[in-house]
Amino acid sequence: MLEIRALEAGYGSVRVLHGVDLDVGEGEIVALLGSNGAGKSTLNNTLSGIIRPLGGAIRFDGRDVTGATSVKMVDLGVIQVPEGRRIFPNLTVRENLELGSYRRGREGRAAGIERVVAVFPRLSERFGQFAGTLSGGEQQMLAIGRGLMAQPKLLILDEPSLGLSPLLVEEMFSLIRDLHGEGLSILLVEQNVFQSLEIADRAYVLENGLIALQGPAEELVEDEGLKKSYLGM
Amino acid sequence: MELLGFQLPTYGWSTILGSAISGVFLGAIYALVALGLTLIYGVLHIINFAHGALLMLAMYAVYFLWHLGGVDPYLAMLIVVPGGFVFGYCLQRGVIGKTSHGRDEIILLVTLGVAIVIENAALFLFSADERNVQVPYDLDGIDLGVTYVVWTDLAALAGSLLITLALWLFMVRTDTGKAIRAVAKERQGARLVGINVDHIFAISFGIGTACVAAAASLLAPTYAVYPQFGYLFVLIAFTVVVLGGMGSFVGALVGGFVIGITEQLGRLYLGESLGLITISAIFILILLFRPTGLFGQKA
Repeated sequence: MLEIRALEAGYGSVRVLHGVDLDVGEGEIVALLGSNGAGKSTLNNTLSGIIRPLGGAIRFDGRDVTGATSVKMVDLGVIQVPEGRRIFPNLTVRENLELGSYRRGREGRAAGIERVVAVFPRLSERFGQFAGTLSGGEQQMLAIGRGLMAQPKLLILDEPSLGLSPLLVEEMFSLIRDLHGEGLSILLVEQNVFQSLEIADRAYVLENGLIALQGPAEELVEDEGLKKSYLGM
Repeated sequence: MELLGFQLPTYGWSTILGSAISGVFLGAIYALVALGLTLIYGVLHIINFAHGALLMLAMYAVYFLWHLGGVDPYLAMLIVVPGGFVFGYCLQRGVIGKTSHGRDEIILLVTLGVAIVIENAALFLFSADERNVQVPYDLDGIDLGVTYVVWTDLAALAGSLLITLALWLFMVRTDTGKAIRAVAKERQGARLVGINVDHIFAISFGIGTACVAAAASLLAPTYAVYPQFGYLFVLIAFTVVVLGGMGSFVGALVGGFVIGITEQLGRLYLGESLGLITISAIFILILLFRPTGLFGQKA
C-alpha cells in the first residue's frame, strides 16, 4: 500500500533522513520506533506532504506521490494524527470533527461523527466545548477522531500515548488494535517500544535518519540490540 | 467645566446626545474598516499596512462608477465588494505571499510597499484633487429631536451591522469560515486535515479587502476622496483593533463605536482638530493598562 524508497528529507539545508526504505501493507500495523531526533516526525511530515522530500520516492496505492501536497495526500487517504495533537483550540469539539472531513464534503459527515462517538463516547458530552478546554486524554481522542473523520486508508499515529496516564495508554493501545481489527492500515510511530511491538505486525527502528533494524514484531522483541538501546539491558 | 486647567465649554444634554449619536454613525464605519484589519491580523498575524490604500482605491472605484457610469454608490457595492475580494485574493496569493517566503517581518514590509505603490499610482493617475460623489439624497433625513440624522448615516450604520453579522455567520456556519478560524490558531493541524493554507490566507485577505470596499460604498456619499484618503481612517481603525483586541470581531464592532463616540465628543469639547487627540489618548491608555484590548486573548 505504502512504499518508501531511499527517502531523503530535512529542513532547509539540514538533512534528517538519509535514505529510508519502509513499507506498509494493506491492513497492516507497522511500528516505527526510534529515539527523539531520529527523524520519525520528519518522515511523517514528508509522508503527509508538509515538507517536500529531497530525494527518493514515495508510492501509495501504486501511485507515485513523491512531493505531493498535503491536500493531495489527504485526498488519497493518508491521514496523520500528529504528535502534540494539533487540534483547533479555538473551535468546538464538533467543529474540529467537521473539519476532519474538510476534504470529504458534507455527505458522510453525520455518519462519520456517529462513528467517532461510538469509538469515543466521552467526546459527545463535550461537543459544544472549545477543544482547548479538554483534558490531555480527551484532546488525544479528539485528534484521532478528527483523523477518522477523513476516512483514512492509512492512518499515521505519531506518539499517540505521549503525555497520557498509564491507564489511558493501555486504552489507547487497545483502541489502535480495534481500529486495525476494522481493517485500517496503521503506521504507528512510538517511543513506547514494547507495547508497540505487542500490537504491531512488523516494525522498523529509525536511528540517525536511517533504518537500523527491521522485521516481524515478534522477532524484534527478542532482539538484543533493541533491548540494549531501549531498556538498558 | 474645567479639565487640566483648560476651560471646557458647557453644553446642554441634547447637544451632547446629538454628538454621541453622530459618533455612533462614524463608529460604524470605523468598525467596518477595523473588521477587515482584525480579520487579516487574526489569520495572517500581520498588520496590513495596505489597508488604507485599498480603502482609497475602493473609494475611487465607487467614484468612477458614479462619475462615468452613473452608478449609485450604494448600488456600486454589488461591484466593488466582489471586486475587492478578487483584488485582495490576488494581491495576497500573487504578490504578498510570493514575496514574503512565510516570514512575518517581510509580509509587513511588503504590505507597506504595496501601500506606497497604490498611493503614488493614484496620485499619478487621478491627481491630488478631491473628488466627490454627489447624490440627490445626501441631505435628506429624519429629525430625532436632539439631532437631525441623514439617511446616508443610517445606511452606514445598518450596512456595517449587516455586514458584520453576515461575516460572523460565514465564520461560524461554513466550512471555509471554520477553516479560516482553524488556520488562525493551528496552521500545522489545518494542513493535516487537507486545508490549503495559502488559499485560506488569500481568502482572508480578500474578505478584509471586501470589507473596506463595502466601507467605501457607505462612505462615498459623505466623504470626498483623494490619494491620501486612507491614512486617517486606517490609523483610527488600527486604534479600534487595539482597543477591541487584535483578531476579535466583537472587539472591532464595540471598539468602533467607542472610538466614534469619543471622537465626536472630543470634537465637541476640544474643537475640530484637537478633538482627535482623544483617540490617541485612548490608544496610549489601552497599551498601558490593557494591552490585550477589551475582547482580546492573551497571546
